[in-house]
Amino acid sequence: MSKIERQGLTRRALLARSVAAGALVVTGAGFLAAPDAAWAMEVSVISEHQMATLIQMARDIYPHDRIADQFYAIAVKGYDADDKKALVEEGVAALDAAAQAAGHADYISMGWEEDRVSILQAMEDSGFFQTVRGGLVTGLYNQKDVWPIFGYEGESFSKGGYIERGFDDINWL
Amino acid sequence: MVAKFDLTDDSVVVVIGTGAGGGVVSNELAQKGVKVVALEAGGRYLPEDYINDEWESFGQLAWTDPRTTSGDWRVAKDFSGLPAWIVKAVGGTTIHWAGASLRFQDHEWKAKTTYGEIEGANLLDWPIDAEEMAPWYDKAEAKLGVTRTGDRAGLPGNNNFKVLEKGAKALGYEEVHTGRMAINSADYDDRMACQQTGFCFQGCKWGAKWSAAYTDIPRGEATGNLEVRDHAHVARILHDDSGKVTGVEYFDKDGNLQMQKARIVCVAGNSFESPRLLLNSASEMFPNGLANSSDQVGRNYMRHMTGSVYAVFDKPVRMWRGTTMAGIVRDEARHDPSRGFVGGYELETLSLGIPFMAAFLNPGAWGRSFTSALDSYENMAGLWIVGEDMPQATNRVTLSDVKDQWGLPVANVNFSDHPNDVAMRNHAYAQGEAIYNAVGATRTFPTPPYPSTHNLGTNRMSEKPEDGVCNKWGQTHDIANLFISDGSQFTTGAAENPTLTIVALAIRQADFIAREMAAGNI
Ligand SMILES: Cc1cc2nc3c(=O)[nH]c(=O)nc-3n(C[C@H](O)[C@H](O)[C@H](O)COP(=O)(O)OP(=O)(O)OC[C@H]3O[C@@H](n4cnc5c(N)ncnc54)[C@H](O)[C@@H]3O)c2cc1C
Ligand code: SF4
Repeated sequence: MSKIERQGLTRRALLARSVAAGALVVTGAGFLAAPDAAWAMEVSVISEHQMATLIQMARDIYPHDRIADQFYAIAVKGYDADDKKALVEEGVAALDAAAQAAGHADYISMGWEEDRVSILQAMEDSGFFQTVRGGLVTGLYNQKDVWPIFGYEGESFSKGGYIERGFDDINWL
Repeated sequence: MVAKFDLTDDSVVVVIGTGAGGGVVSNELAQKGVKVVALEAGGRYLPEDYINDEWESFGQLAWTDPRTTSGDWRVAKDFSGLPAWIVKAVGGTTIHWAGASLRFQDHEWKAKTTYGEIEGANLLDWPIDAEEMAPWYDKAEAKLGVTRTGDRAGLPGNNNFKVLEKGAKALGYEEVHTGRMAINSADYDDRMACQQTGFCFQGCKWGAKWSAAYTDIPRGEATGNLEVRDHAHVARILHDDSGKVTGVEYFDKDGNLQMQKARIVCVAGNSFESPRLLLNSASEMFPNGLANSSDQVGRNYMRHMTGSVYAVFDKPVRMWRGTTMAGIVRDEARHDPSRGFVGGYELETLSLGIPFMAAFLNPGAWGRSFTSALDSYENMAGLWIVGEDMPQATNRVTLSDVKDQWGLPVANVNFSDHPNDVAMRNHAYAQGEAIYNAVGATRTFPTPPYPSTHNLGTNRMSEKPEDGVCNKWGQTHDIANLFISDGSQFTTGAAENPTLTIVALAIRQADFIAREMAAGNI
């Protein structure tokens, strides 16, 4: 099972929790939620399955074990749009077909990352893969909230730079 | 008082572009009492406007008008529409630049004589030499406030430098220090000292780094002799029947085509736009473009042999803290063909933030090999390689079939490495990795060149008119009142970062132009 699945929660409950967690705002019918309901995401154009597949695919392309699903979800939420629908439909169908050919129900129910990655490698040159990968470079890594996970401190001007805050504090050389 | 000149005033010098070349030549002329209209395609941004955020700053400052690419360089594949990372704004790429300010080594003015005939390379000696340039370098260093020149102290070393220094010394390198930087180590010339904020590439919010945007430009304006028009994109240089240039056509802020008359025109749009403009100015009299009787306009494009080495350690480095490029190893800059290549290279500290690291560490890469590198970002150190690349006639800027927002053909940039470039890069990768391994790196990354930050050579200087576009003053061989004032006049690139030399040449050119104007020669 994928880590992200549809939950039997009411929309109202999800809304309350997601707002409390500072995550995504739910405004429509279909939605995705983290198993612990720490965040939720609504889709209106593409299906929940398609969005869940995109989120898994995003993690498989740029796997960071310390980055929560929520950030991958933010990175791909733009695919829930009319002008992306055909691309996503076709791409997810191709992923699922490849998974089925390998004896699995679909892409997101493949248990091992290596197995999913081998499917991605086989479609590496496709427009779908390249679009998703290319978009993630900014979609994932330009989220200010993921920077601290890498230790990156972002802007420092407002704090007066590092002149008195450790620009030369290396102590192990 | 800021000057305002009439469009029909044909006594002015028109300068196209306001970066290292154009910004300096404009101010220097204005200081000498020459009337100047500087036309700049971009807008005006000052330290308070700069943004300490890589992509946001890129969106604010970078030249993102269309360009096309070809050739076997990896940039053409990974960043096909972005051959260069340069600025479109008043002050040009001196807003982005890191401030490394090195003189050429004496022999680098005479590359052909020193290196001999190199197959596939279109080498040439500069028509000037080290002795002639020395006083102009003195002036340029004083203008920029270069550390470790004059009586200016070096900058303090940051974490990234300390790692480089330790490794380099362990390998036996001797010329290792925090660089000659156009960044104040103490208050100088009304600019404050560096605060080690670490966003030098995004524009220095303290003004500690020299940039034409907040030094030469406002000082030139204060003379009352310089008018800078921003959002003024020059489309074409005009000439009369005698073959002298008479003015320029440009699109103004509102997109209207204007014509500014001129006594002299100085082209300083950086090495893609300058040749593009000359080619787009083709006429019945000059069907191959202006100043192009040699067919050298756009050719011999150089971008320096570059690359980066990043390394991961078992403990934190936090390389992003502090001055981005204040750290250098100079021992490999010498010419020593026993290494398997001619010319040399410098190793300089470099760091990127997480957003740019993700885009540039290994463009197109994905999966755990890539992401585990980023997972160790906090423990990373980095250096940049900058070495002399070979001019090649086929590495060139031509007009593309693609048009820009003004309907003008854009620049296509064709580039392929020369075997000498490849041999030098491989040598530099190995040395960079050895430096970091000497301090216990657990993993190293030989990182490919980024979109070009140094762009040179596309209107080169030559002794003889058939070999190049301009003479030793940057004056075009074909048209006496048309000058090249930016990095495109470089005959060869040398191993050093180019801007100090661009500035020194601009100061020298302004002196020449003012003298020739006074003598009534142009
Ligand atoms: C990230 C980065 C770091 C760098 N670090 C260093 C360093 O440490 N040391 C060093 O020596 N160099 C460095 N450089 C390189 C340095 O910035 C350039 O060498 C220098 O600015 C080039 O000067 P230029 O006058 O040729 O062009 P630019 O400074 O790029 O100026 C050209 C100007 O012309 C304008 N223009 C172009 N076409 C037109 C037109 N048709 N009409 C009107 N205006 C036009 C442009 O908008 C631009 O403002 C760095 C560059 C980058 C990008
Ligand atoms: S590190 Fe220094 S030079 Fe660089 S942006 Fe900060 S204050 Fe300016």
